[in-house]
Amino acid sequence: MLKGSQTWVFENKPTIISAATVVGPFEGQGPLADDFDVIHEELLIGQDSWEKAEKALVEEAGELAIKKAGLSKEDINFYIGGDLMNQIISNSFAARTLGIPYIGIFGACSTSMESLALAALMVNSNAANYVLASACSHNAGAEKQFRYPTEYGSQKPPTAQFTVTGAGSAVVAKGGKGPKITSATIGRVVDMGLKDPFNMGAAMAPAALDTIRAHLREMELQPDYYDLIVTGDLSKVGYAIALELFEKHDLPIKKDKYVDCGMLIYDYDKQEVFAGGSGCACSAVVTYGHLLKRLQKGEFNRILAVATGALMSPLSFQQGESIPCIAHAVALERGEG
Amino acid sequence: MDFVWAFIIGGLICVFGQICFDVFRLSPAHTMTLLVVLGAIAGGLGLYEPFAEFAGAGATIPITSFGNSLVKGALQELKLHGIVGVITGMFEITSAGISAAIIFSFFAAWLCRPKG
Repeated sequence: MLKGSQTWVFENKPTIISAATVVGPFEGQGPLADDFDVIHEELLIGQDSWEKAEKALVEEAGELAIKKAGLSKEDINFYIGGDLMNQIISNSFAARTLGIPYIGIFGACSTSMESLALAALMVNSNAANYVLASACSHNAGAEKQFRYPTEYGSQKPPTAQFTVTGAGSAVVAKGGKGPKITSATIGRVVDMGLKDPFNMGAAMAPAALDTIRAHLREMELQPDYYDLIVTGDLSKVGYAIALELFEKHDLPIKKDKYVDCGMLIYDYDKQEVFAGGSGCACSAVVTYGHLLKRLQKGEFNRILAVATGALMSPLSFQQGESIPCIAHAVALERGEG
Repeated sequence: MDFVWAFIIGGLICVFGQICFDVFRLSPAHTMTLLVVLGAIAGGLGLYEPFAEFAGAGATIPITSFGNSLVKGALQELKLHGIVGVITGMFEITSAGISAAIIFSFFAAWLCRPKG
Protein backbone atom coordinates (compact mmCIF):
# COMPACT_ATOMS: atom_id res chain seq x y z
CA MET A 1 0.00 0.00 0.00
CA LEU A 2 2.25 2.82 1.25
CA LYS A 3 5.62 2.61 -0.41
CA GLY A 4 8.33 4.99 0.72
CA SER A 5 6.82 8.02 2.39
CA GLN A 6 4.47 9.57 -0.18
CA THR A 7 3.54 6.90 -2.72
CA TRP A 8 0.60 4.55 -2.77
CA VAL A 9 0.81 1.25 -4.63
CA PHE A 10 -2.59 -0.08 -5.62
CA GLU A 11 -2.28 -3.86 -5.54
CA ASN A 12 -5.97 -4.35 -6.37
CA LYS A 13 -5.48 -2.38 -9.59
CA PRO A 14 -8.40 0.06 -9.48
CA THR A 15 -9.75 0.55 -12.99
CA ILE A 16 -10.97 3.60 -14.89
CA ILE A 17 -14.08 1.91 -16.28
CA SER A 18 -15.19 5.05 -18.07
CA ALA A 19 -14.10 8.61 -18.69
CA ALA A 20 -15.88 11.55 -20.26
CA THR A 21 -14.68 14.90 -21.54
CA VAL A 22 -16.69 18.00 -22.38
CA VAL A 23 -14.98 21.07 -23.87
CA GLY A 24 -15.71 24.56 -25.15
CA PRO A 25 -15.63 25.83 -28.74
CA PHE A 26 -11.97 26.89 -28.78
CA GLU A 27 -10.75 23.48 -27.58
CA GLY A 28 -13.02 21.97 -30.24
CA GLN A 29 -10.94 23.75 -32.88
CA GLY A 30 -7.72 22.28 -31.52
CA PRO A 31 -5.84 19.18 -32.65
CA LEU A 32 -7.49 16.86 -30.09
CA ALA A 33 -11.08 17.67 -31.09
CA ASP A 34 -11.80 14.07 -32.16
CA ASP A 35 -10.91 12.74 -28.71
CA PHE A 36 -13.50 14.74 -26.78
CA ASP A 37 -17.01 13.42 -26.16
CA VAL A 38 -18.86 16.73 -26.32
CA ILE A 39 -17.76 20.00 -27.93
CA HIS A 40 -19.93 22.99 -27.08
CA GLU A 41 -20.41 25.59 -29.76
CA GLU A 42 -20.63 28.59 -27.49
CA LEU A 43 -18.63 29.62 -24.44
CA LEU A 44 -21.66 30.22 -22.20
CA ILE A 45 -22.87 26.61 -22.64
CA GLY A 46 -26.46 27.92 -22.74
CA GLN A 47 -26.13 29.51 -19.29
CA ASP A 48 -26.23 33.15 -18.24
CA SER A 49 -22.89 33.40 -16.43
CA TRP A 50 -19.39 31.92 -16.80
CA GLU A 51 -19.66 30.30 -13.37
CA LYS A 52 -22.89 28.54 -14.33
CA ALA A 53 -21.29 27.51 -17.61
CA GLU A 54 -18.40 25.87 -15.78
CA LYS A 55 -20.80 24.04 -13.48
CA ALA A 56 -22.77 22.84 -16.52
CA LEU A 57 -19.57 21.45 -18.06
CA VAL A 58 -18.63 19.36 -15.02
CA GLU A 59 -22.20 18.23 -14.49
CA GLU A 60 -22.37 17.01 -18.06
CA ALA A 61 -18.98 15.27 -17.89
CA GLY A 62 -19.93 13.52 -14.65
CA GLU A 63 -23.29 12.36 -15.96
CA LEU A 64 -21.75 11.17 -19.20
CA ALA A 65 -18.98 9.22 -17.44
CA ILE A 66 -21.57 7.48 -15.25
CA LYS A 67 -23.71 6.70 -18.31
CA LYS A 68 -20.74 5.36 -20.28
CA ALA A 69 -19.91 3.05 -17.36
CA GLY A 70 -23.43 1.63 -17.64
CA LEU A 71 -24.21 2.79 -14.12
CA SER A 72 -26.67 5.17 -12.50
CA LYS A 73 -25.92 7.97 -10.03
CA GLU A 74 -27.09 5.78 -7.15
CA ASP A 75 -24.33 3.26 -7.90
CA ILE A 76 -21.58 5.81 -7.33
CA ASN A 77 -20.47 5.89 -3.69
CA PHE A 78 -18.45 9.09 -3.75
CA TYR A 79 -17.79 12.02 -5.99
CA ILE A 80 -14.41 13.74 -5.61
CA GLY A 81 -13.98 16.98 -7.52
CA GLY A 82 -12.46 20.40 -7.59
CA ASP A 83 -11.94 23.48 -9.73
CA LEU A 84 -10.40 26.95 -9.74
CA MET A 85 -13.42 28.95 -8.65
CA ASN A 86 -13.53 30.48 -5.17
CA GLN A 87 -14.97 27.91 -2.73
CA ILE A 88 -14.86 25.34 -5.60
CA ILE A 89 -18.44 26.22 -6.52
CA SER A 90 -18.46 24.47 -9.89
CA ASN A 91 -18.04 21.00 -8.41
CA SER A 92 -20.01 21.67 -5.24
CA PHE A 93 -22.96 22.94 -7.25
CA ALA A 94 -22.65 20.00 -9.67
CA ALA A 95 -22.66 17.69 -6.63
CA ARG A 96 -25.93 19.32 -5.58
CA THR A 97 -27.44 18.23 -8.89
CA LEU A 98 -25.83 14.81 -9.00
CA GLY A 99 -26.76 13.96 -5.40
CA ILE A 100 -23.70 11.75 -4.88
CA PRO A 101 -21.88 11.92 -1.48
CA TYR A 102 -19.24 14.50 -2.21
CA ILE A 103 -15.67 15.30 -1.26
CA GLY A 104 -14.64 18.71 -2.58
CA ILE A 105 -10.91 19.21 -3.02
CA PHE A 106 -8.68 22.07 -4.10
CA GLY A 107 -5.41 21.37 -5.85
CA ALA A 108 -5.69 24.09 -8.48
CA CYS A 109 -4.72 22.55 -11.83
CA SER A 110 -3.39 19.41 -10.10
CA THR A 111 -6.97 18.55 -9.07
CA SER A 112 -7.44 16.06 -11.92
CA MET A 113 -4.76 13.66 -10.69
CA GLU A 114 -5.35 14.49 -7.03
CA SER A 115 -8.98 13.39 -7.34
CA LEU A 116 -8.02 10.33 -9.41
CA ALA A 117 -5.38 9.27 -6.85
CA LEU A 118 -7.86 9.62 -3.98
CA ALA A 119 -10.52 7.72 -5.96
CA ALA A 120 -8.05 4.89 -6.59
CA LEU A 121 -7.05 4.86 -2.92
CA MET A 122 -10.67 4.53 -1.82
CA VAL A 123 -11.48 1.78 -4.28
CA ASN A 124 -8.24 -0.08 -3.58
CA SER A 125 -8.88 -0.09 0.16
CA ASN A 126 -12.51 -1.21 -0.20
CA ALA A 127 -13.78 2.14 1.03
CA ALA A 128 -15.85 2.41 -2.15
CA ASN A 129 -17.05 0.36 -5.09
CA TYR A 130 -17.37 3.23 -7.55
CA VAL A 131 -15.90 6.71 -7.28
CA LEU A 132 -16.41 9.60 -9.68
CA ALA A 133 -13.38 11.91 -10.03
CA SER A 134 -13.84 15.25 -11.78
CA ALA A 135 -12.04 18.49 -12.56
CA CYS A 136 -13.11 21.49 -14.60
CA SER A 137 -12.18 25.03 -15.57
CA HIS A 138 -13.57 27.79 -17.77
CA ASN A 139 -11.47 30.32 -19.63
CA ALA A 140 -13.69 33.33 -19.04
CA GLY A 141 -14.46 32.27 -15.47
CA ALA A 142 -10.77 32.01 -14.64
CA GLU A 143 -9.99 35.32 -16.37
CA LYS A 144 -12.72 37.00 -14.35
CA GLN A 145 -11.43 35.64 -11.07
CA PHE A 146 -7.68 35.75 -11.48
CA ARG A 147 -6.88 38.56 -13.90
CA TYR A 148 -7.66 42.23 -14.10
CA PRO A 149 -11.19 43.14 -15.05
CA THR A 150 -11.39 41.41 -18.41
CA GLU A 151 -13.04 44.42 -20.08
CA TYR A 152 -9.88 46.37 -19.30
CA GLY A 153 -8.12 44.19 -21.87
CA SER A 154 -4.67 44.48 -20.34
CA GLN A 155 -1.70 43.00 -22.16
CA LYS A 156 -0.32 39.55 -21.45
CA PRO A 157 3.29 38.53 -21.98
CA PRO A 158 4.13 35.47 -24.14
CA THR A 159 4.79 33.43 -20.98
CA ALA A 160 1.11 33.68 -19.99
CA GLN A 161 -1.16 30.67 -20.46
CA PHE A 162 -4.68 30.16 -21.77
CA THR A 163 -7.16 28.50 -19.40
CA VAL A 164 -8.87 25.50 -20.95
CA THR A 165 -12.67 25.50 -21.01
CA GLY A 166 -13.82 22.00 -20.25
CA ALA A 167 -14.39 19.24 -17.77
CA GLY A 168 -13.08 15.71 -17.43
CA SER A 169 -14.57 12.95 -15.31
CA ALA A 170 -13.58 9.35 -14.65
CA VAL A 171 -15.36 6.51 -12.91
CA VAL A 172 -12.98 4.33 -10.90
CA ALA A 173 -14.08 0.81 -9.98
CA LYS A 174 -12.65 -2.32 -8.38
CA GLY A 175 -12.39 -4.28 -11.59
CA GLY A 176 -13.68 -4.27 -15.12
CA LYS A 177 -12.41 -3.14 -18.47
CA GLY A 178 -10.23 -0.09 -18.87
CA PRO A 179 -6.91 1.41 -17.85
CA LYS A 180 -5.55 0.33 -14.47
CA ILE A 181 -4.28 2.73 -11.84
CA THR A 182 -1.16 1.12 -10.43
CA SER A 183 0.31 3.75 -8.13
CA ALA A 184 0.16 7.40 -7.16
CA THR A 185 2.58 9.85 -5.60
CA ILE A 186 1.25 12.83 -3.67
CA GLY A 187 3.44 15.88 -4.13
CA ARG A 188 4.91 18.35 -1.69
CA VAL A 189 4.33 22.08 -2.05
CA VAL A 190 7.35 23.58 -3.79
CA ASP A 191 7.85 27.33 -3.90
CA MET A 192 10.89 28.72 -5.65
CA GLY A 193 9.88 32.30 -4.90
CA LEU A 194 8.41 33.15 -8.31
CA LYS A 195 5.70 35.79 -8.16
CA ASP A 196 4.60 36.31 -11.75
CA PRO A 197 1.09 34.93 -12.32
CA PHE A 198 1.76 35.31 -16.05
CA ASN A 199 4.53 32.74 -15.88
CA MET A 200 3.08 29.83 -13.97
CA GLY A 201 4.81 27.22 -16.12
CA ALA A 202 8.16 28.31 -14.72
CA ALA A 203 6.77 28.36 -11.17
CA MET A 204 5.28 24.85 -11.47
CA ALA A 205 8.14 23.02 -13.24
CA PRO A 206 10.17 22.45 -10.02
CA ALA A 207 7.08 20.92 -8.35
CA ALA A 208 6.72 18.48 -11.28
CA LEU A 209 10.39 17.55 -10.95
CA ASP A 210 10.05 17.01 -7.19
CA THR A 211 7.08 14.66 -7.56
CA ILE A 212 8.55 12.73 -10.51
CA ARG A 213 11.81 12.22 -8.61
CA ALA A 214 9.95 11.11 -5.48
CA HIS A 215 7.82 8.70 -7.51
CA LEU A 216 10.77 7.07 -9.27
CA ARG A 217 12.81 6.90 -6.06
CA GLU A 218 10.08 5.35 -3.96
CA MET A 219 8.91 2.96 -6.67
CA GLU A 220 12.56 2.10 -7.43
CA LEU A 221 12.00 2.71 -11.11
CA GLN A 222 13.91 4.27 -13.98
CA PRO A 223 12.04 6.82 -16.11
CA ASP A 224 12.07 4.47 -19.11
CA TYR A 225 9.72 2.15 -17.20
CA TYR A 226 7.05 4.52 -18.47
CA ASP A 227 6.38 4.81 -22.18
CA LEU A 228 5.22 8.35 -21.63
CA ILE A 229 5.56 10.90 -18.85
CA VAL A 230 3.06 13.72 -19.13
CA THR A 231 2.83 16.92 -17.10
CA GLY A 232 -0.42 18.84 -16.67
CA ASP A 233 -0.02 22.43 -17.73
CA LEU A 234 3.59 23.59 -17.74
CA SER A 235 3.21 24.67 -21.38
CA LYS A 236 6.14 25.74 -23.56
CA VAL A 237 7.99 27.75 -20.93
CA GLY A 238 7.60 25.25 -18.09
CA TYR A 239 8.23 22.29 -20.41
CA ALA A 240 11.63 23.65 -21.43
CA ILE A 241 12.50 24.36 -17.78
CA ALA A 242 11.38 20.85 -16.77
CA LEU A 243 13.64 19.29 -19.43
CA GLU A 244 16.56 21.35 -18.11
CA LEU A 245 15.79 20.33 -14.53
CA PHE A 246 15.63 16.63 -15.52
CA GLU A 247 19.07 16.93 -17.06
CA LYS A 248 20.47 18.81 -14.09
CA HIS A 249 19.24 16.10 -11.71
CA ASP A 250 20.46 13.24 -13.92
CA LEU A 251 16.99 12.03 -14.76
CA PRO A 252 17.09 10.49 -18.23
CA ILE A 253 13.75 11.88 -19.42
CA LYS A 254 13.99 13.08 -23.00
CA LYS A 255 11.72 14.97 -25.34
CA ASP A 256 10.48 11.87 -27.17
CA LYS A 257 8.95 10.36 -24.03
CA TYR A 258 7.83 13.49 -22.28
CA VAL A 259 4.85 15.64 -23.24
CA ASP A 260 2.78 18.37 -21.61
CA CYS A 261 -1.04 18.53 -21.80
CA GLY A 262 -0.89 22.32 -22.14
CA MET A 263 1.09 21.91 -25.36
CA LEU A 264 -1.06 19.13 -26.81
CA ILE A 265 -4.49 20.70 -26.57
CA TYR A 266 -4.03 23.72 -28.85
CA ASP A 267 -2.50 24.34 -32.23
CA TYR A 268 0.17 27.00 -31.69
CA ASP A 269 0.16 27.99 -35.37
CA LYS A 270 -3.56 28.61 -35.61
CA GLN A 271 -4.63 29.42 -32.05
CA GLU A 272 -3.34 32.35 -30.04
CA VAL A 273 -2.72 30.78 -26.63
CA PHE A 274 0.58 32.37 -25.55
CA ALA A 275 2.71 29.60 -23.94
CA GLY A 276 -0.13 27.05 -24.08
CA GLY A 277 -3.09 25.68 -22.15
CA SER A 278 -3.63 25.62 -18.39
CA GLY A 279 -6.41 25.14 -15.87
CA CYS A 280 -7.90 22.13 -14.08
CA ALA A 281 -9.54 21.00 -17.31
CA CYS A 282 -6.25 21.00 -19.22
CA SER A 283 -4.78 17.82 -17.73
CA ALA A 284 -8.25 16.36 -17.17
CA VAL A 285 -9.51 16.49 -20.76
CA VAL A 286 -6.15 15.64 -22.35
CA THR A 287 -5.56 12.67 -20.02
CA TYR A 288 -9.12 11.34 -20.00
CA GLY A 289 -9.93 12.21 -23.60
CA HIS A 290 -6.70 11.80 -25.52
CA LEU A 291 -4.10 9.84 -23.54
CA LEU A 292 -6.35 7.10 -22.17
CA LYS A 293 -7.52 6.39 -25.73
CA ARG A 294 -3.93 6.10 -26.94
CA LEU A 295 -3.11 3.89 -23.97
CA GLN A 296 -6.01 1.57 -24.69
CA LYS A 297 -5.17 1.49 -28.40
CA GLY A 298 -1.83 0.01 -27.46
CA GLU A 299 0.36 2.96 -28.35
CA PHE A 300 1.72 2.86 -24.80
CA ASN A 301 1.65 0.32 -22.00
CA ARG A 302 2.37 2.63 -19.10
CA ILE A 303 1.90 6.34 -18.56
CA LEU A 304 2.88 8.54 -15.64
CA ALA A 305 0.44 11.46 -15.51
CA VAL A 306 1.74 14.35 -13.40
CA ALA A 307 -0.82 17.14 -12.94
CA THR A 308 0.71 20.41 -11.84
CA GLY A 309 -1.00 23.14 -9.83
CA ALA A 310 -0.28 26.72 -8.78
CA LEU A 311 -1.85 27.19 -5.36
CA MET A 312 -2.11 30.96 -5.23
CA SER A 313 -5.24 33.07 -4.90
CA PRO A 314 -5.99 36.43 -6.54
CA LEU A 315 -5.48 38.03 -3.11
CA SER A 316 -2.19 36.31 -2.33
CA PHE A 317 -0.49 37.55 -5.47
CA GLN A 318 -1.88 41.06 -5.05
CA GLN A 319 -0.30 41.04 -1.60
CA GLY A 320 3.04 40.15 -3.16
CA GLU A 321 3.20 36.51 -2.05
CA SER A 322 5.12 34.04 -4.19
CA ILE A 323 3.32 31.15 -5.90
CA PRO A 324 3.34 27.80 -4.05
CA CYS A 325 3.14 24.92 -6.52
CA ILE A 326 2.31 21.24 -6.34
CA ALA A 327 2.21 18.17 -8.58
CA HIS A 328 0.54 14.81 -8.12
CA ALA A 329 1.54 11.75 -10.16
CA VAL A 330 -0.70 8.84 -11.12
CA ALA A 331 0.67 5.77 -12.91
CA LEU A 332 -1.67 4.26 -15.49
CA GLU A 333 -1.36 0.91 -17.22
CA ARG A 334 -3.18 -0.47 -20.20
CA GLY A 335 -5.98 -2.81 -19.17
CA GLU A 336 -8.13 -5.16 -21.20
CA GLY A 337 -11.02 -3.89 -23.28
CA MET B 1 5.65 68.36 -39.14
CA ASP B 2 3.10 68.64 -36.28
CA PHE B 3 1.76 65.23 -37.20
CA VAL B 4 5.24 63.70 -37.19
CA TRP B 5 6.08 65.07 -33.73
CA ALA B 6 2.69 64.03 -32.34
CA PHE B 7 3.32 60.55 -33.69
CA ILE B 8 6.86 60.30 -32.31
CA ILE B 9 6.19 61.78 -28.86
CA GLY B 10 2.92 59.89 -28.36
CA GLY B 11 4.69 56.72 -29.45
CA LEU B 12 7.56 57.32 -27.04
CA ILE B 13 5.16 57.67 -24.10
CA CYS B 14 3.66 54.31 -25.09
CA VAL B 15 7.15 52.79 -25.39
CA PHE B 16 7.84 54.01 -21.86
CA GLY B 17 4.67 52.25 -20.69
CA GLN B 18 5.65 49.06 -22.51
CA ILE B 19 9.10 49.13 -20.88
CA CYS B 20 7.39 49.47 -17.48
CA PHE B 21 5.41 46.28 -18.31
CA ASP B 22 8.14 44.17 -19.84
CA VAL B 23 11.36 45.28 -18.16
CA PHE B 24 10.25 46.50 -14.74
CA ARG B 25 7.35 44.00 -14.55
CA LEU B 26 4.89 46.66 -13.37
CA SER B 27 1.21 45.82 -13.51
CA PRO B 28 -1.03 47.80 -15.91
CA ALA B 29 -2.55 49.63 -12.92
CA HIS B 30 0.88 50.64 -11.59
CA THR B 31 2.05 51.74 -15.04
CA MET B 32 -1.03 53.87 -15.55
CA THR B 33 -0.69 55.47 -12.12
CA LEU B 34 2.98 56.19 -12.75
CA LEU B 35 2.18 57.97 -16.03
CA VAL B 36 -0.57 60.04 -14.37
CA VAL B 37 1.80 61.05 -11.56
CA LEU B 38 4.56 61.96 -14.02
CA GLY B 39 2.09 64.10 -15.97
CA ALA B 40 0.96 65.78 -12.74
CA ILE B 41 4.53 66.56 -11.69
CA ALA B 42 5.37 67.92 -15.13
CA GLY B 43 2.18 70.01 -15.03
CA GLY B 44 3.01 71.34 -11.56
CA LEU B 45 6.45 72.41 -12.71
CA GLY B 46 4.88 74.15 -15.68
CA LEU B 47 6.54 71.84 -18.18
CA TYR B 48 3.49 70.10 -19.59
CA GLU B 49 1.99 73.14 -21.37
CA PRO B 50 5.06 73.83 -23.54
CA PHE B 51 5.42 70.07 -24.07
CA ALA B 52 1.79 69.84 -25.30
CA GLU B 53 2.29 72.84 -27.53
CA PHE B 54 5.21 71.12 -29.17
CA ALA B 55 3.84 67.57 -29.42
CA GLY B 56 0.12 68.35 -29.82
CA ALA B 57 -2.06 65.25 -29.59
CA GLY B 58 1.09 63.23 -28.88
CA ALA B 59 1.06 64.81 -25.42
CA THR B 60 -2.66 65.43 -24.86
CA ILE B 61 -4.03 61.99 -25.74
CA PRO B 62 -1.83 59.80 -23.46
CA ILE B 63 -2.90 59.42 -19.82
CA THR B 64 -0.07 61.74 -18.69
CA SER B 65 -2.25 64.62 -19.82
CA PHE B 66 -4.87 63.55 -17.26
CA GLY B 67 -2.29 64.07 -14.50
CA ASN B 68 -1.50 67.49 -15.94
CA SER B 69 -5.19 68.43 -16.06
CA LEU B 70 -5.71 67.42 -12.42
CA VAL B 71 -2.94 69.77 -11.28
CA LYS B 72 -3.90 72.54 -13.67
CA GLY B 73 -7.50 72.59 -12.40
CA ALA B 74 -6.34 72.49 -8.78
CA LEU B 75 -3.93 75.43 -9.28
CA GLN B 76 -6.55 77.50 -11.10
CA GLU B 77 -9.09 77.08 -8.32
CA LEU B 78 -6.41 77.65 -5.69
CA LYS B 79 -5.95 81.15 -7.08
CA LEU B 80 -9.69 81.85 -7.06
CA HIS B 81 -10.87 80.17 -3.84
CA GLY B 82 -7.79 79.49 -1.78
CA ILE B 83 -6.89 76.12 -0.31
CA VAL B 84 -10.39 74.65 -0.70
CA GLY B 85 -10.00 75.26 -4.41
CA VAL B 86 -7.30 72.59 -4.58
CA ILE B 87 -9.90 70.00 -3.65
CA THR B 88 -12.73 71.35 -5.77
CA GLY B 89 -10.50 72.24 -8.69
CA MET B 90 -8.92 68.84 -9.34
CA PHE B 91 -11.92 67.69 -11.30
CA GLU B 92 -12.66 71.09 -12.83
CA ILE B 93 -11.05 70.24 -16.16
CA THR B 94 -11.15 66.46 -15.91
CA SER B 95 -14.83 66.22 -15.00
CA ALA B 96 -15.85 65.90 -18.65
CA GLY B 97 -13.65 62.82 -19.08
CA ILE B 98 -14.68 61.20 -15.82
CA SER B 99 -18.39 61.86 -16.34
CA ALA B 100 -18.17 60.59 -19.92
CA ALA B 101 -16.52 57.37 -18.68
CA ILE B 102 -19.31 56.80 -16.15
CA ILE B 103 -22.15 57.69 -18.52
CA PHE B 104 -20.89 55.72 -21.50
CA SER B 105 -20.07 52.73 -19.26
CA PHE B 106 -23.64 52.83 -18.04
CA PHE B 107 -25.02 52.70 -21.58
CA ALA B 108 -22.51 50.03 -22.63
CA ALA B 109 -23.45 47.88 -19.62
CA TRP B 110 -27.10 48.39 -20.43
CA LEU B 111 -26.71 47.26 -24.02
CA CYS B 112 -24.01 44.59 -23.71
CA ARG B 113 -24.69 43.00 -20.30
CA PRO B 114 -21.04 42.49 -19.32
CA LYS B 115 -20.23 39.31 -17.43
CA GLY B 116 -16.66 40.09 -16.43
